[in-house]
Amino acid sequence: MRRANNKAWLAVAPVVLVVAFTAIAPLMTVVNYSVQDIFDVQTRLFVGLDWYRETLRDPRFLDALARQLGFSALVLALELPLGIWIARCMPLQGRMTVVFLIILAVPLLIPWNVVGVIWQIFARPDIGLLGAAVTALGLSYNYTSSAFDAWVTLVLMDLWHWTSLVALLCFAGFAAIPPAYYQAAELDGASRWQVFRHVELPHLKSVLTIAVLLRLMDSLMIYTEPFVLTGGGPGASTTFLSQYLTSMAVGQFDLGPAAAFSVLYFLLILLLCWLFHTTVMKRGDEAA
Amino acid sequence: MSAPNGKAHWSLYLYCGFLLVPLYWLVSMAGKPNRDILGGLELVPSNPTLANFAEIVTNPAWYGAFINSLTYVCLNAALSIAVALPAAYAFSRYRFLGDKQLFFWLLTNRMAPPAVFLLPFFQLYSAVGLFDTPLAVALAHCLFTVPLAVWILEGFVSAVPKELDEMAAIDGHSFAFFFFRIFIPVIRGGIGVTLFFCFMFSWVELLIARTLTASEAKPIVVAMTRTVSASGLDWGVLAAAGVLTILPGLAVVWFVRRHLVKGFAMGRV
Repeated sequence: MRRANNKAWLAVAPVVLVVAFTAIAPLMTVVNYSVQDIFDVQTRLFVGLDWYRETLRDPRFLDALARQLGFSALVLALELPLGIWIARCMPLQGRMTVVFLIILAVPLLIPWNVVGVIWQIFARPDIGLLGAAVTALGLSYNYTSSAFDAWVTLVLMDLWHWTSLVALLCFAGFAAIPPAYYQAAELDGASRWQVFRHVELPHLKSVLTIAVLLRLMDSLMIYTEPFVLTGGGPGASTTFLSQYLTSMAVGQFDLGPAAAFSVLYFLLILLLCWLFHTTVMKRGDEAA
Repeated sequence: MSAPNGKAHWSLYLYCGFLLVPLYWLVSMAGKPNRDILGGLELVPSNPTLANFAEIVTNPAWYGAFINSLTYVCLNAALSIAVALPAAYAFSRYRFLGDKQLFFWLLTNRMAPPAVFLLPFFQLYSAVGLFDTPLAVALAHCLFTVPLAVWILEGFVSAVPKELDEMAAIDGHSFAFFFFRIFIPVIRGGIGVTLFFCFMFSWVELLIARTLTASEAKPIVVAMTRTVSASGLDWGVLAAAGVLTILPGLAVVWFVRRHLVKGFAMGRV
């Protein structure tokens, strides 16, 4: 049992100060902008929720939102099963385990724009191995001109980049299952699928929750990799929310609409994560 | 059916191949003159050269950017651990007013898209005179590294039995002595894993680093987006810079390899 002690606030104070400076102050600024029409430093006009209404009616925002949700759903649907499978294939101990762990961790430690560069020079039809190989097979492939090819390349790049995170988390989950559970399942004559469904999956629940949450929020924030690889194109076919927001905020300097967009964007991620988290926790309580 | 053991499945080798082939392509690009890169496809460089790497280590614009990046990543990691460790200890050992709410609120900051913070960050850091310094990027990256550090360290602190704290008190050690001389050595593995994650998220970030720097503190990831020379894109030098940005990550993962799995198992939401 933890002791009650309000002096512990002193130990938490530095964190609160840092986060206040890096998160609360900027966020308040954004909220402040989102309800004003700003001409210059002196001239500003309170406009209430107008920017929010305008953003929600902006067809380019809605398109970017639809693409964003589609992309996130697609990469989650592919990365979770693949990550679990990779983790299941890993030997639990031995020299090779460390080698595999390091190989898996490598994509996570590469700067995101370098990931974009790697895939750029890997997938280009003229100088890239992948691009040249696909073209040699007789398929027309060019991610800078075909929207479909751009999407395939982006999804493949995201799998390359982030499946390792799911796999490493799941590997930690597998490593924590006591062998006695497997022995008991063997005595009961459980099939491979039953072992997975009733022994392994329940033990993976907490790591999988983290994996889904991290992938969900990070895929919803994706910016750098498509920025380098496709620049949001061809056309606007790979322009996701962050890309559109950045072009609005930095490119056109539309403070009010960009701020309203920002608030909606942040709320969307919070809402999705909260929905997922409460659903998982509720299910867990009923099962227990 | 038994626990996974000894042998690795063939599909694992296949997947590792999928991870390594694009990396190999990057390395082979870095070892070729531009003429060969654009001249045609070759699996092994026919004229291997280190000229692209030489360009980076001799050009101050390149290696200066490297030093800038390493500076803010180290500053950020030190800052994150320094503020997160006492907080993690407090969250783990004590109940206090609003502790649960505060813990979850910290995590919600991890969910804020960096793009949302671009405008205010630029103005905030310009206002306090930190714009275009490594410290500005280090502080801004605290947005996501500090919540993460608190989260991970809290797991490690909770894994240390409370009896350790009580024993030290009975032995007559002061709290400061206990914390720095007994407690920190005990959870050094956890601190290592936390450093790994802080490094990982600060080193790889582009958007905030680009917004908060101009010329003085330009980081390597930004320098890489501007490798357009007179003759077009300099693929060889770009690839060489890419290879060099992977090396610090490899070094870090090598140092924490024993703790990596435990770090990923921090598993409590």
